[in-house]
Amino acid sequence: MIGYVLSRLARAAITLLVTVTLVFIFIRFSGDPAAALAPPDAPQEVIEQYRRALGLDQPLWAQYTGYLGRILQGDFGYSIHSGRPALQVFLDRLPATLYLGGTALLIALVLGLSLGAIAALNRGKPIDRAVMGFSVFAFAMPNFLFGLGMILIGSLAFQVYLGGQGAGVLAPALTLGLASMGSYARFTRSSLLETINKPFMLAAEARGIPYRRRLIRHALPNASIPLVTLVGLSVGSLIAGSVVTEQVFAWPGVGQLLVRSVATRDIATVQFLVLAIAATMITANLIVDLLYLVLDPRIRVR
Amino acid sequence: MAASPTPPVLEVRDLRIALPPGADRDHAADGIDLTMAPGQTLCLVGESGSGKSVIAQAIMGMLPPVLRMERGRITLQGTETPPQRSDRFNRLRGTQVAMVFQDAVSSLNPIQRVGRQLEEILQVHGVPQSQRRKRVMDMLAAVQLPDPDRAYRSYPHEMSGGQAQRIVIAGALLLNPALLIADEPTTALDVTTQAEILDLIDGLKKKFDTSVLFITHDFGVVADIADHVVVLKDGLIVEHGAAESVLRAPQHAYTKRLLDAASLEGRAQGGDAGAPVLTVRDLNLTYRRGFFFNRTEVAAVRDVNLTLHKGQTLAVVGESGSGKSSLAKCLLRLEDVESGTIAFKGQDITHERGRALRDFRARVQVVLQDPFGALDPRFRTLDAVAEGPIIHGVPRKQAHERARQMLERVGLGPQAAARYPQEFSGGQRQRICIARALVLEPEVLIADEAVSALDVSIQVQILDLFTELQKSLGFSMVFITHDLHVAAAISDRVLVMQNGRVVEEGPTAEVFEHPQKDYTRDLLNSAPGRKGGLAA
Repeated sequence: MIGYVLSRLARAAITLLVTVTLVFIFIRFSGDPAAALAPPDAPQEVIEQYRRALGLDQPLWAQYTGYLGRILQGDFGYSIHSGRPALQVFLDRLPATLYLGGTALLIALVLGLSLGAIAALNRGKPIDRAVMGFSVFAFAMPNFLFGLGMILIGSLAFQVYLGGQGAGVLAPALTLGLASMGSYARFTRSSLLETINKPFMLAAEARGIPYRRRLIRHALPNASIPLVTLVGLSVGSLIAGSVVTEQVFAWPGVGQLLVRSVATRDIATVQFLVLAIAATMITANLIVDLLYLVLDPRIRVR
Repeated sequence: MAASPTPPVLEVRDLRIALPPGADRDHAADGIDLTMAPGQTLCLVGESGSGKSVIAQAIMGMLPPVLRMERGRITLQGTETPPQRSDRFNRLRGTQVAMVFQDAVSSLNPIQRVGRQLEEILQVHGVPQSQRRKRVMDMLAAVQLPDPDRAYRSYPHEMSGGQAQRIVIAGALLLNPALLIADEPTTALDVTTQAEILDLIDGLKKKFDTSVLFITHDFGVVADIADHVVVLKDGLIVEHGAAESVLRAPQHAYTKRLLDAASLEGRAQGGDAGAPVLTVRDLNLTYRRGFFFNRTEVAAVRDVNLTLHKGQTLAVVGESGSGKSSLAKCLLRLEDVESGTIAFKGQDITHERGRALRDFRARVQVVLQDPFGALDPRFRTLDAVAEGPIIHGVPRKQAHERARQMLERVGLGPQAAARYPQEFSGGQRQRICIARALVLEPEVLIADEAVSALDVSIQVQILDLFTELQKSLGFSMVFITHDLHVAAAISDRVLVMQNGRVVEEGPTAEVFEHPQKDYTRDLLNSAPGRKGGLAA
């Protein structure tokens, strides 16, 4: 069990290091940062000045170790836009995104799990087909289209503008969580159906355990174990989706910041956001792996 | 019948259970009458598809919705049972009638501790919390678990099949039901464990005054424990009566066949041994898993020596974990051995690679235990059988011709060639697997538990097929089995394995009649039917 934890931690650390390195390489490849930073009509000497200031005149390995060292100290550079630390810019935006993403995840989990369970328990009946049809729709619907549609219908039919923070989190969260909800519903259905047909469920019935209790105490906990992996993976699609959703709903979060920073070539901020997103993904997967330890005793022996 | 002071524990009258339309017969069971007196053990005997498990489900009130109870009455201790799957039935399950299943480990919730699952039974039947723990611990002691405290805290996967079956039996008897239904509870277990569990059930039956309805396909088990026997075939009772009379003088041809299957006789061969085909010297294999933190080593095969002569069958017997399947993998060169040599017709092939290894593989073929998993569901029979020759360079047309001939030899008609595996029964699939192995005209056939997943009467057919094909094609065979009956029926020599080592080796008849080692003697004595007078 300690081996399992250590190996997962080591894996997370290695992945993070690879990401940091890749970001370093890509930034070097995407053109001369000094030229990008300097005013468009700056003379060569000014660009050289920028280059020295940024340390770009040093050998590549020295730049790399310097870059790693600064990251370890929590120095991620400064936004050229506002002149404030990239970390600070990110932290300002984080609460709004966490609020949106958290609500979206909650909606996706609650709706997805219950719809999936309803479908599984009514297997083959019209309600099963309806729920599964809906979840395919939810999964396939592009979120920018769904978001725009909501805003359009809200404005025209109800005279309510759903964009911005003032209109509340519900509409953007629904847009963001829709796809995940669809996949959770389908996955819950198949996982629950598989569990219900396991021999131990039959054995529980033979012990006289009532239906409801068999379902809640035995089937659901077992069926939800593989779902944890899916939820962990869908954190990625939530982050990707938040870029679009925040843009559509004018939600002042990290996704919007990313779009703006790319547009204004704010290299330090983009670099930090890529790292932050990667770190979030890695952490989510680490949490999933460790959660398995708690949920499934069969893992603990390995 | 006059009303007696103690009503029968179980009475089934004229039970008929309909199969859904389109099944291969109309009724899963029809005209079933059963009566069980208190303290009695009734064995319901039949092969898969005979309807024995369906009858058990009906008694438990757990018939699946697709099966309808068309007619008949089931009474438990004189009271008619509520409708199938009704809520009222929950109160009877566990208290009046309880059931244990074949695979004990998978009949427990894998993510809950065993103790909690047992206490839950008491909880849902209204036993106050204060008494639960003690009653569970008492019962764990009653089923003779070596360490009840530890068992209480264990998860199902931490236990062996035998221990798990003890747990499940403990759960079934917690509320002292009048009737215990045991559906093939020892089929998945090793012979020695099987003997222990049968003893345990017999002892508990007396201790708790419970009647036992025991479902089995194995007349060896019947001979050991039954008071009464009911033989089922295709949903109908073909024979019933006191165990002694059915075992001694079976009336129905089907009963006789099942009885024959349980007392397979050794084959009188032992002719001249030909030249050695496979020679194994000081073979060792160790499995290593994991890295730095969680490294484990299992010594699977230890210093094994064996010689297989031309035209001979060598049975390798042992319980699960004895290393017999690992040995088979080494012989097939599917595992790289740690030390020792394997020689094929005098040529050392222990470390051959590439071309030489491929040639060797054409000469040594394998038939595995599970005919359902061993065939690709998307390969037609003909393609599955012809694949081997094509890989080894036979032109496609010729390969198909050879495959067709081989399918005929294993007893499958020409129409089988174009069908997919899932259209065949288990026995037929095993025939396909045998054809697939033999179409390459191997000199050695390795059969790893090749009949263990089959019904007993099918087992006999497949064993006959092996013997017959061996006579006409002249290959040698290594037959790996946990079943001593099977070993006796098919082999010239036998090799007994325990914990990776060879315990005893010799001519089959000699080893079985005069075993030299305690372990061999234990194995032989544990084989069901010994006590009841069915000789192996």
